[in-house]
Amino acid sequence: MGVNDPEAGVENPDVTDVRGEGEQTPRVKSGPSARAPLEAEAPGFDRDPVSQTLNRELQDKGFLLTSTEDLINWARTGSLHWMTFGLACCAIEMMHTSMPRYDAERFGIAPRATPRQADLMIVAGTLTNKMAPALRKVFDQMPEPRYVISMGSCANGGGYYHYSYSVVRGCDRVVPVDVYVPGCPPTAEALLYGIMALQKKIRRTGTLVR
Amino acid sequence: MSELLNELGGHIEAKRPDCVASWEVAYGELTVNVALSNIVGLVEFLRTDPSCRFTSLVDITAVDHPERPKRFDVVYHFLSMYQNHRIRLRVAAREDDMIPSITGIHPSANWFEREVFDMFGLLFTGHPDLRRILTDYGFRGYPLRKDFPTTGYTEVRYDEEQKRVIYEPVSLVQEYRQFDFMSPWEGADYILPGDEKSEEAKG
Repeated sequence: MGVNDPEAGVENPDVTDVRGEGEQTPRVKSGPSARAPLEAEAPGFDRDPVSQTLNRELQDKGFLLTSTEDLINWARTGSLHWMTFGLACCAIEMMHTSMPRYDAERFGIAPRATPRQADLMIVAGTLTNKMAPALRKVFDQMPEPRYVISMGSCANGGGYYHYSYSVVRGCDRVVPVDVYVPGCPPTAEALLYGIMALQKKIRRTGTLVR
Repeated sequence: MSELLNELGGHIEAKRPDCVASWEVAYGELTVNVALSNIVGLVEFLRTDPSCRFTSLVDITAVDHPERPKRFDVVYHFLSMYQNHRIRLRVAAREDDMIPSITGIHPSANWFEREVFDMFGLLFTGHPDLRRILTDYGFRGYPLRKDFPTTGYTEVRYDEEQKRVIYEPVSLVQEYRQFDFMSPWEGADYILPGDEKSEEAKG
């Protein structure tokens, strides 16, 4: 008794039995690879419809037409290097975001240890009064255009320590914030979503400060 | 365990009757009350005595009792790795008392004493570098005193005109609320909504 047994009522269209003798029907591959289109084998194939269109246009004309605005936005959203400003437990989740499971690097987002080469600052954790001047100094050293993501309850509004004598009640009192990520701490996914929201904001709001 | 601690307390009192004001064992822990001037001598004794050998300083902290004339209790915790014993020394101190530093015997007391100075405003004599350790530069007040308000006196903000972080008096959008009126830890005799129905059912 094999995988296909019409008498027992077992019919599997993707699989055929291999018979020992006589004429053999071709064995059909099973699984997802069985349904891949033929051109998937060809070099330069891309499943993404946008890339397909681009490829077609490139092969047809040999050049692409776009606006500087789109190009600049593409460059900005595609290389958001963040200034690692880990202050508390949120920093652990920030590390997870850049690690292989969530892999922020596939968006061109990577931690950068110097503010002078960073585009984005993620304030991850409780901002204390003593740290506030240092945070502002680091922010001032970042080149334009610069963005700030406030990560977690403490950075958003003081959180658990809102009524404390030593904690800033929200990091937006010290630096201008673009995206607030809620949570205590936010998961790595939530932070990644926040970063993608920031990319969306960059794409929407635009280009150069004139 | 408790007999061992009783034995140890008796031993310390017998050897240094001038230092030990009283001692008790509570919750399986030995606490020795010491007069302010004798603390250095007793710590030295506890470190060197062969049946004590409390060579590890675990912590120094303080407790504020605002209603007492000797307002603060300075608390020392020691561990003896040799005898597997722990001990707590308690020293009562006024607000303006100078407490002898034990940095000469336990160098690790340096930062603990700085922390007690920072949080309670107690001064230690003979400390090599007594300055703030945790709070902000130029911070005023002693946060762990009972009369210090939780929210403090100042808050920070970046000033766009002065281009720097400035300090301002605290202005809270919503007043700080105490939610402990139903706290089960207070032993409160409260009635939960719906409790009156069970009384009616009984009667």
